[in-house]
Amino acid sequence: MTHGARFPAPADDPRTPHLQARGLACDVGGRRGRRVLTGVDLAVRHGEMLGVVGPNGTGKSTLLRVLAGVRPAAGGAVLVDGTPLVDRSPRARAREIAMVGQEEQPQSDLLVGEVVALGRTPHRPPWAGGDDAERTAVLDALAAVELDHAVDRSVEQLSGGERRRVLLARGLAQEAPLLVLDEPTNHLDVRHQLALMRMIRRLERTVVVAIHDLNLAMAVCDRVAILHDGAVHADGPPEDVLTPAAIREVFGVEAVPVRHPDTGHVHLLFTTHEPADDR
Amino acid sequence: MSAPTATRPTAPAHAGPGAPVRARRPRTSVVVGILLVALGLSAVLSIGFGAEPLPPRVVLEVLDHRLLGGTADPTWDAIVWDIRLPRTLLAIVVGAGLAIAGTGIQTLVRNPLADPYLLGVSSGASVGATAVITTGLFAGAGLWALSLGALAGALGAALLVFGIAMAQGGLTPLRLVLTGTVLSSAFSAFASFLVFRSSDPQAAQSVLFWLLGSLSGAAWDQLLLPTATVAVVGGLLMAGSGWLDALAAGPDTAAALGVPVRVLRNVLFVLLAALVGVLVAVAGGIGFVGLILPHVARLLVGARHRAVLPVAALAGALFLVWVDVAARVVVRPTEVPLSVVTGLIGAPIFLLLLGRRTYRFGGAS
Repeated sequence: MTHGARFPAPADDPRTPHLQARGLACDVGGRRGRRVLTGVDLAVRHGEMLGVVGPNGTGKSTLLRVLAGVRPAAGGAVLVDGTPLVDRSPRARAREIAMVGQEEQPQSDLLVGEVVALGRTPHRPPWAGGDDAERTAVLDALAAVELDHAVDRSVEQLSGGERRRVLLARGLAQEAPLLVLDEPTNHLDVRHQLALMRMIRRLERTVVVAIHDLNLAMAVCDRVAILHDGAVHADGPPEDVLTPAAIREVFGVEAVPVRHPDTGHVHLLFTTHEPADDR
Repeated sequence: MSAPTATRPTAPAHAGPGAPVRARRPRTSVVVGILLVALGLSAVLSIGFGAEPLPPRVVLEVLDHRLLGGTADPTWDAIVWDIRLPRTLLAIVVGAGLAIAGTGIQTLVRNPLADPYLLGVSSGASVGATAVITTGLFAGAGLWALSLGALAGALGAALLVFGIAMAQGGLTPLRLVLTGTVLSSAFSAFASFLVFRSSDPQAAQSVLFWLLGSLSGAAWDQLLLPTATVAVVGGLLMAGSGWLDALAAGPDTAAALGVPVRVLRNVLFVLLAALVGVLVAVAGGIGFVGLILPHVARLLVGARHRAVLPVAALAGALFLVWVDVAARVVVRPTEVPLSVVTGLIGAPIFLLLLGRRTYRFGGAS
């Protein structure tokens, strides 16, 4: 797996990051919220996949919401192609960044195609919809997650993994070059986790993804940012960032990197600090 | 009597392996067409019911006389044209309006138990109406006094709920539900206080009858305001149906889809408060229509607002036309308040909906 852009950036200035956070501060809980992150500096290049990891409660989801423009930043700025995200109208922003949240569930009284068609919202006036162009876009998005055969099925008939893929298809139907995904593999079995992440890698988009499984992050991301103590603890290629020392400090567990005998990829084996049980 | 809309088997049975791939769901245009025909027939038939039963032929004669220049008996003409037709039309408008308001409020607060009166608008209206009945407020307005008092109370209550919710940080679903519920209780208590301290023994009876809803005061000059309000609010909600779909998926999802969530919620609140305020002012508080018919519509045509709004509106109109017929014939010659009828019909329908495995009241499965 290469660490770097998978396809060329737009011609004007290839060095401008696609998505950038500059001195970003994030709050949870509205106006009188609690500060969870400060001084976050990140830069994601065109076509790159950035994994965001960190213990529970470090603000991964909050950071992703602010990066996607769904929640306002408490300080600092988010830049897309070098210009502030807040300068865009909500519609214009939604045509550039698509986000799928962690705890989202598709509404059960919609058909699969109708859920995915929600992704077309920023591309049409609020009174329009249901035309042939929309149908084509919906089928394309569903084809990317291999669910185009289910377009007219009720969401109710889908498994948990299929529902996650439908939500991803909704994000794809937005046709935004930037994709922000919060734990897309939550609740999926190991086969579907790998299949979904491989699918996301094939999309040729810039991706920011929160992942709690460090081995998955190691396997699929170009770069990884670890959140710890309200800030970015480290940021770089996965093997440089997910070191035993960093994992001990941030997660409080011992990690041993081991090479996979067949693929040669590095995997992490974990043990806790608790004394071994003698019995 | 609401059976045509309530009991059609439409949602697919729970699908096992090898079940049909397509969800069975009738086309929205077909459902709208059927409802329109049913509503037209029901309107003509409903005019025949009352203290003096009239065959549909007489009703059609009068309509022919008035609209196309035919001849009709002046006695029948007076009953049909001056008394019963405006009442049926008001039933259509109020039924449609309540169903539209219910659909909107269930999306605004993302709660399947929400009904149009959740925002405190109706109990605010009851304070205004009670004040008119017990203290003679707005006496100068004559027959309009009650409607005027109710409208003033409704809009005052809506402003209060809106102001309190905004001061606490915005119109989030939970805050709206709690603020509306708490203030509703307070307004109801105040209305009860007004009745209690009134010296008029008839006051309690009048207030109760008004609170439970009635179309008995329907007249042609009362139709314009509710009709215009229902048409404008219904039209605006249809125009924003794509955004309402996104809002129903959740505030963060809607924001990620480029919907201006805060503005949309505020506009939605104002539109719904105005709509409910006007409906309560002309017809009192009619329960269950705004709670149940949005669910019936979703069950029929799915949850997209583009489909739900017209289907719910037509089904609500059809439902209330027959509810009003029942209200005036069940214990002839006295009339039963509409909420008595809607409650007796509505509760079993709601229980039937609850019992369906394939309908989850718009929630995530």
